[in-house]
Amino acid sequence: MTDAPTAAAGAPHEGETRRDFLLIATSVVGAVGTALAVWPLIDQMNPAADVLALSSTEVDLSPIEVGQSITVVWRGKPVFIRRRTAKEITRAKADDTSDLPDPQADADRVQKPEWLILVGVCTHLGCIPLGQRTTEPRGDFGGWFCPCHGSHYDTSGRIRKGPAPENLAVPKYVFVTDTKIKIG
Amino acid sequence: MTSPTWNNPVVKWIEYRLPVFSFTQEHLIDYPTPKNLNYWWNFGSLAGITLTIMIVTGIVLAMHYTPHVDYAFESVERIMRDVNYGWLIRYVHMNGGSMFFAVVYIHIFRGLYYGSYKAPREMLWIIGIIILLTMMATAFLGYVLPWGQMSFWAATVITNMFSAFPLIGEPIVSWLWGGFSVDNPTLNRFFSLHYLLPFVIFGLVFVHLWALHVHHSNNPLGIDTKGPQDILPFHPYYTIKDLFGLGVFMLVFLGFVFFAPNFFVEPDNYIKANPMQTPTHIVPEWYLTPFYAILRAITFDIWFIPAKLIGVMAMFGSVLILVLVPWLDTSKVRSARYRPIYKQVYWFFVIDCIVLGWVGFNSPDAMFMGAVSFLRIGQVATAYYFLHLLVVMPVLGKLERPRSPPESISAAVTKETDTVTEAA
Amino acid sequence: MRKFVLGAALALTLGAGTAFAAEAPKPPAQAWSFNGVFGTFDRAALRRGLQVYTEVCAACHSLGLVYYRHLQSIGFSEEEIKAVAREFEVEDGPNDDGEMFTRPAKPTDPFASPFPNDQAARAANAGAFPPDLSVMTKARKGGEDYLHAVLVGYRDEAPAGVEVMEGLFFNEYFPGHQIAMPPPLADDAVEYADGTKATVQQMSMDVTTFLAWAAEPTMEDRKRLGIKTLLFLLVLTAMLYALKRKVWSDVH
Repeated sequence: MTDAPTAAAGAPHEGETRRDFLLIATSVVGAVGTALAVWPLIDQMNPAADVLALSSTEVDLSPIEVGQSITVVWRGKPVFIRRRTAKEITRAKADDTSDLPDPQADADRVQKPEWLILVGVCTHLGCIPLGQRTTEPRGDFGGWFCPCHGSHYDTSGRIRKGPAPENLAVPKYVFVTDTKIKIG
Repeated sequence: MTSPTWNNPVVKWIEYRLPVFSFTQEHLIDYPTPKNLNYWWNFGSLAGITLTIMIVTGIVLAMHYTPHVDYAFESVERIMRDVNYGWLIRYVHMNGGSMFFAVVYIHIFRGLYYGSYKAPREMLWIIGIIILLTMMATAFLGYVLPWGQMSFWAATVITNMFSAFPLIGEPIVSWLWGGFSVDNPTLNRFFSLHYLLPFVIFGLVFVHLWALHVHHSNNPLGIDTKGPQDILPFHPYYTIKDLFGLGVFMLVFLGFVFFAPNFFVEPDNYIKANPMQTPTHIVPEWYLTPFYAILRAITFDIWFIPAKLIGVMAMFGSVLILVLVPWLDTSKVRSARYRPIYKQVYWFFVIDCIVLGWVGFNSPDAMFMGAVSFLRIGQVATAYYFLHLLVVMPVLGKLERPRSPPESISAAVTKETDTVTEAA
Repeated sequence: MRKFVLGAALALTLGAGTAFAAEAPKPPAQAWSFNGVFGTFDRAALRRGLQVYTEVCAACHSLGLVYYRHLQSIGFSEEEIKAVAREFEVEDGPNDDGEMFTRPAKPTDPFASPFPNDQAARAANAGAFPPDLSVMTKARKGGEDYLHAVLVGYRDEAPAGVEVMEGLFFNEYFPGHQIAMPPPLADDAVEYADGTKATVQQMSMDVTTFLAWAAEPTMEDRKRLGIKTLLFLLVLTAMLYALKRKVWSDVH
């Protein structure tokens, strides 16, 4: 933009530096303005206020039997809640010392050993692992098995085998009462 | 203009395969422009920019809008309340419609004053009229989407106009509706078409510019450029002038958006559509009121043709007739500046259009100053509208003795800068 | 006569009642806290207005586009919002037994509607539909001035020569003058938490302020951003003008 008018009448010399300065200053201010104007167009795609407001869910745990799992929806994603059997808890604890791709102790993944609460989204590419029903395959480690690319999770939701890089995520939750949790 | 040579190898490689660089150089940088264009010539580029703003904000709004009769109104309010900057984007789009028409109307009246439609620019003008028609359709479709009372009844009234045509009228109307009244299928297809048409306009604008670049811009003197002393390269002279004009325009535009966002809106459109109740006073947006006034001006049958049909034909005719303007104007001189009588009559026509717009806002039964009904004013204004185009323009072109325009732009510019204030 | 009938019919179906411009006098302009380029909503008036809405208007009028959580933007704490919401019962469900049930409202709910549907609202109000108030100040000609004028525009006796139909009330500013809504406000109809005296005038101004906020909760953001944007644009345009003069200086 700096090589201004050459085709027309010859540009006078004395005004040249002032014009250059003005040109640069105006261009900078204009560029800043354009960038600021673009921000609302980008930000509008971020979660809206109503979406953010719905970011916590309360779940009543009392109807869940030992050994049973339920799936609840939280922020549009499935959350796995499994009331683990004594055998599963023992197995999870025993595996703390195994060779884990994403090492984490079972005690760090639960607030009460009986209740395992996980975001049911495979950390590989976002599929939902099988294993919530007793009739579904639970993989080699008795937890969950992702049918998309064959990731195996154990009874603590830790990745043990397959392409997934991380353990199934534990969402933020609190026990509101002994039988009620608030996720998020 | 000297044809540039490109030294950068990447530029060279692309240029050889797709000559975007020489195209830009030719049409945006070196493009020869008359040196005497005044600020009325800014409105073409402003229209292009407004179209871009409308398309961008429209695409964004479509990400949040729900085209369903049960959710449309609520989804618009959700945009206003919960979506990040939703209120800003929606108000820009809403007021942008009015701004777009304001800019385009000034652009058209500029062309009308300076005879920009005359040979060899007839195609340029005709494409412009097609753009105007497409804009009107788009604006109407968009106005329906928020599903307020005005949306709904505008849709009902406008689609019902087609029922004026004998035999085919009723089938056309139910085809437009996709049912027996304006309802969910109507809203859905209006949304689809409202999304489509702006891109059609975009294509038409491209053709409009193509036609422009064949014979280049007209100018306030209405004479052809004679050589390099009459012209300037588009860049930097007109790029900077257009940008300055854009700054002024945005101040006005955003002034409305931020401080009077509902200035152009009827309050009734903040009431959700109710098919069981018509608002007492239906008016279209201001930019369509002149045509609405023409529609309502015809209250009498002519021979066997019912008034309703004539009204509809007069309304469509009032736009379509503009296509003939290059031939209706028989004057040899382009610019009104050298046509002493036309110059006066032109303003009469402008006032007539404004009167039509004002009449369109008012109920036809209402009385102006207690003396004359708006219906009567509308009828007189409608009559003059057609009289001006069909009689005054052709006759005046033959009878009027124009002053002779200057020999060349450069000669006129040096002579007239002191006296003619409108020359930039 | 025709006008009278029309006016009465309009009053009866004031569901989407629109301005009958020829009839009603122009509502007087009020000095609203949110007037003008720098105007903001008076926070105390908003709190009082919410109280008037909740205790008076909410008996008939819904506010369905406003959510309790929106109160956060006018300075309500999370606890206060929960407390406001708890006052309202909403229907939820179906539960695991397939039954619908009612529960106290939560911050993420819209303001609860007093009636389950439009027909019920009509039936409970002798055929007149109490409209939703969410965007009311934008949905009437005259906006907040009109709303206030109607709220204080009731007259005990209609002027001589005007006959008010059974079940309707004379209102100076309502189009057609006959409104189906009984005078909603009376002195001390609410007891303000902040000790302000609850006159009809005061309550009307407060609730109208609240409804103006409800209609456009982003107004303050809009004005703030607007001032910044226009100042910026003014500077940029001035610079563009200077540059334009400079570039064109060798042409003239």
